[in-house]
Amino acid sequence: MTRLKRSIRRIWQDFYLAIIMIFLYAPIATMIVLSFNSSKSRNQWGGFTWSWYTQMFASRNIMDALHNTLLIAFLSALIATLIGTAASIAINSMKQVPKTILMGITNIPMLNADIVTGISLMLAFLAFGISLGFRTVLIAHITFNIPYVILSVMPKLKQTSRSTYEAAMDLGAGPVYAFFKVVFPDILPGVLSGFLLAFTMSLDDFIITHFTRGAGINTLSTLIYSEVRRGIKPSMYALSSVIFVVVLALLLISNFAPKKKHS
Amino acid sequence: MGQSLIDLEHITKSFDGTVVLDDLNLSVKENTFVTLLGPSGCGKTTTLRIIGGFETADKGRVIFDGVDISRLPPNKRQLNTVFQKYALFSHMNIAENIAFGLKIKGKSRSYIQDKIRYALKLVGLQGYENRTVDSLSGGQQQRIAIARAIVNEPRVLLLDEPLGALDLKLRQDMQYELIRLKNELGITFIYVTHDQEEALTMSDTIVVMNQGYIQQMGTPEQIYNEPENAFVADFIGDSNIVPGLMIRDELVEIFGARFVCVDKGFGENRPVDVVIRPEDVELVAPEQGTLVGRCTHLIFKGVHYEMEVTTPDGFEWLVHSTTLCPVGKEVGIHVDPFNIQIMNKPESEDEEAVGVNE
Repeated sequence: MTRLKRSIRRIWQDFYLAIIMIFLYAPIATMIVLSFNSSKSRNQWGGFTWSWYTQMFASRNIMDALHNTLLIAFLSALIATLIGTAASIAINSMKQVPKTILMGITNIPMLNADIVTGISLMLAFLAFGISLGFRTVLIAHITFNIPYVILSVMPKLKQTSRSTYEAAMDLGAGPVYAFFKVVFPDILPGVLSGFLLAFTMSLDDFIITHFTRGAGINTLSTLIYSEVRRGIKPSMYALSSVIFVVVLALLLISNFAPKKKHS
Repeated sequence: MGQSLIDLEHITKSFDGTVVLDDLNLSVKENTFVTLLGPSGCGKTTTLRIIGGFETADKGRVIFDGVDISRLPPNKRQLNTVFQKYALFSHMNIAENIAFGLKIKGKSRSYIQDKIRYALKLVGLQGYENRTVDSLSGGQQQRIAIARAIVNEPRVLLLDEPLGALDLKLRQDMQYELIRLKNELGITFIYVTHDQEEALTMSDTIVVMNQGYIQQMGTPEQIYNEPENAFVADFIGDSNIVPGLMIRDELVEIFGARFVCVDKGFGENRPVDVVIRPEDVELVAPEQGTLVGRCTHLIFKGVHYEMEVTTPDGFEWLVHSTTLCPVGKEVGIHVDPFNIQIMNKPESEDEEAVGVNE
């Protein structure tokens, strides 16, 4: 009796999990399947094809957008990592009250709705007479990436005690040498995962980019958005599938990289 | 011995408006083991950090071998520190940790190798070169921290409660180890602790501190046997501190009974504080005692019995003795003259501030 009960319960658990998985991943799976469908119809399988992928790679628009996306993601993540790490070190050495206040201020952009961040950045750029384009998108991405870097560097800094830095000084190291030789290796996993997180966030972003990009420039997300408005082409499925796979890969790396270093 | 190696002159330091050190003067001779002893918050660690260069005094000077080093950063000072929490570099192995200072000084590879081997032998951890920091126990980590400091051949080694995190047995072993190291290396040790037993065991000189002031400075024997004020008497070991009246030289009255003592120069009929160590209180037959009391408490401590004898005035005398006196029994108290230590009562408010702080 109890065995039967248990197996029923087990079946229910698996069923529940399956439903959740279907809700989460069925749309993405559909899109990936359709990206290999030689028929343009969305409800008819016309055979397997790579042609949408070749079309995608042949398209000048898509390749430009890809180039922009990667460049912005890389540059904004790199600059945000530099600024965010430096900021973390400064905040960490502050007294309790200013520290709490600054951490609160740092967290606001993360909680803020993207649309608010996007519109306010756009307004700020226009108010200060900065014409929208690659530059403004980059600045916007750096801005919203910094909190993520701080968030992942801060816990590592808290773990390192001040005395190792002092010990290095005591043994004759100058402040800069002591930092890079002793403190930096300790916080490096946090810095790396901050960088990857920022890179992914930038890759992923649509709303803020949409408001700060101006006319001439597209990233993948804004390109997809404007193409879809003109009628969906299957090469967009292919593009979305590629983005999904890349983002998934980056997330996996950023989740597993620090753990690997420890073991 | 001879001339002093480190002189602290009129050091004053405050944090956020709280005065931690107030006009502190201290001179440390070459090749001695000096311990700064006091309760937490007494300013002992701050003093050490000012010598090490991690804090800058608000006022006053730090003189090292005749040169003013008050403004010198820690990496330019000829001293090395052993930190309370070891502060080893966890991403480096043991050899790299020990080599850290030597590499900065640009020593040759073979010199560094020799030094690492020598230092590991000195702290009894031969063959640990390639071990990781995490694989070592607390005691071993502390030895590596000491090895890392001494390979730089500092003239002074600063130790900030280095044994605080170790268990009792290990702590005692490390105490002997440190004494041996000091004798072998012939360098000056400045040691900070709140553990009076540790201080008494290891030091040539003990500096007792409280609330930013030096209370007393002297050999362990002087500190223990001749405490200068109630704070020192109370902090170092157990003691009975009783109010007394100095009748004349070498005679003091306690609770109406007159005790012969050896102290002189306090004047006549002056109120004083009297310190008597628990092991110096002798229990005798009631008719032979200078004072008579009743035993109210008895605990077996292993080496001796700890007893409390209450005299009619209500004072509870702490007594350590190997002879047992059952609770409730009337007993006489006798103290040999040289075991009675007379101290001036604190007079001004300023003096009171540095006194016993309960």
